Amino acid sequence: MAIVAQSSKFGTYGRPILAWAVGLLFFFPIFYMVMTSFKTDADAVKPEFLFFFTPTLDNYLNMAENYDYWRFAKNSVITAVLATVFTMFVGIPAAYAMAFNPSRATKDVLMWMLSTKMLPAAAVLYPMIYLAKGIGLYDTKVLIVTVLSLINLPIAIWMLFTYFKEIPKDIIEAGKMDGVNTWGEIKEILVPLAWGGIASTALLIFIFCWNEAYWTVRLTTIDAATLSKLIEGNRAPEGLFFGRLSAVSTAAVGPIVVLGWFCQKQLVQGLTFGAVK
Amino acid sequence: MGRIVLNNVTKSFGETQVIPPLDLTIEDGEFAVFVGPSGCGKSTLLRMIAGLEDLTSGDIEIDGENVTETPPSKRGLAMVFQSYALYPHMSVRKNIGFPLRMEGLDQAEIDKKVEAAAQSLNLMDYLDRKPAALSGGQRQRVAIGRAIVRNPSAFLFDEPLSNLDAALRVGMRLEISEMHERMKTTMIYVTHDQVEAMTMADKIVVLQAGVIEQVGSPLELYHKPRNVFVAGFIGSPKMNIFSGPAAEALGAHTVGIRPEHTDVSMTEGTWKGTVGVAEHLGSDTFIHVHDTGLADMVTVRISGDISVKHGDTIYLTPQADQLHKFDAQGMRVE
Repeated sequence: MAIVAQSSKFGTYGRPILAWAVGLLFFFPIFYMVMTSFKTDADAVKPEFLFFFTPTLDNYLNMAENYDYWRFAKNSVITAVLATVFTMFVGIPAAYAMAFNPSRATKDVLMWMLSTKMLPAAAVLYPMIYLAKGIGLYDTKVLIVTVLSLINLPIAIWMLFTYFKEIPKDIIEAGKMDGVNTWGEIKEILVPLAWGGIASTALLIFIFCWNEAYWTVRLTTIDAATLSKLIEGNRAPEGLFFGRLSAVSTAAVGPIVVLGWFCQKQLVQGLTFGAVK
Repeated sequence: MGRIVLNNVTKSFGETQVIPPLDLTIEDGEFAVFVGPSGCGKSTLLRMIAGLEDLTSGDIEIDGENVTETPPSKRGLAMVFQSYALYPHMSVRKNIGFPLRMEGLDQAEIDKKVEAAAQSLNLMDYLDRKPAALSGGQRQRVAIGRAIVRNPSAFLFDEPLSNLDAALRVGMRLEISEMHERMKTTMIYVTHDQVEAMTMADKIVVLQAGVIEQVGSPLELYHKPRNVFVAGFIGSPKMNIFSGPAAEALGAHTVGIRPEHTDVSMTEGTWKGTVGVAEHLGSDTFIHVHDTGLADMVTVRISGDISVKHGDTIYLTPQADQLHKFDAQGMRVE
């Protein structure tokens, strides 16, 4: 009895407190960044103004002229959207084929795809840069979209494969009997049935593309540079301007945090890889 | 039209041959039932006819045309699945109309045909519901509706009633038989339930391990089973089959006698035994008899009611003209 009472007491008070503590711990850097973005550069470095300061909007108002924010933002939106569309466009048919017409090689192909995610990105950094420069694609959106698509394709295919596996094979076969062709099976049956899974996969891939920094920083200079590049690029020379830097960082992560907030349910579903219904 | 011919058809999954070379003809308008224990290859055979499963060798003809390489939808067949396989995201109306939409018919014609099918299947009140809001029986009707609208040359049923409860199953069985009488379209029906096979079929195909054990009308199979397997599989309750001295006394390696072809007496008869359980159904009585020296348990079926109880001594006499005799290979001897 004592154990039951104790554990229920923990359930009532301990667990929420623990959850809040962990949540706040993870959220603190973001909170700190947002808070700093409303300070002047001078106040930002003074410990006495850590929590109590006179807020200012100057950092935001001057962002466009100081950092050319909109150009980077536009590149981020274009590359993330196109890469997500392209990934889904290739990923859905690929996952469909493996889920409904598996061959002896299917398992190996899936494992091989996953294994590419285990490769350290740094190992192929120089080949990639030489290749990109050699074919004249360095610092172009085409290159960034291609790279973002390719690095996310394995995850997309794995997630979609798991969702598609849950669709009874009979329904696809009924479609075959009813006269739909392969494209029709995807369009008329698969996509409507797996819509939730497809949406959460696309959302997650979009977030991954938006947040990607390793490749976008190294494969761009100006023309195709995304918000990751903007933040990274301002680190050294403007290290003292914490207020401005925080404002531009907040503006870079803002859209994705808002998107994530509204799509929490789909994201959780996506991250559990369809294991939880 | 719908005459289906299988020539030397085989199927292997990897190294395992599930269907050894097999020939079969299903005549136009026939109601053929594939029956056998689970894993006997009956569903695989049906799926091969449908085109959902490739042949390893051999070929399939429908109305004289070789369709071995033809995709499922171009074979002019409609299939009803055990799981119903309705499209969960579409209303009943859209489900039934789906094959017609895929054919490219115009909406007015689709509506007309869907409503005609819904009318005949008593689905008019449910046309705008999604499958999730239907009972099992209604879902099965929708699946049948989706097959009917296509006006196929043959219907394929893959254990369509196994997911329904017993009472509904009997009702749907009658409806499908009725539908066959009305439409006179070829139907191939797969089941593991020999009662369904006996009651519905024009022609029963008994399969075991991918091999056709016997093809014939229900009564042919009942009266003249070709071998011990068919003898034991067809008929309910099962035929009593025994070998040994009692069979040799009757001049065969193995002898079978159906429960309904055994006379019962409390005083005298060929075989003596003890009553285990007596099941009184009113119209019939099934008596399960032990210690006869024939088999572990012998079942007898008596018309009407007879008052016997557990432990009673009972005498059984087989009707001599109803004995089934088999040789050492299990094949029928006349």
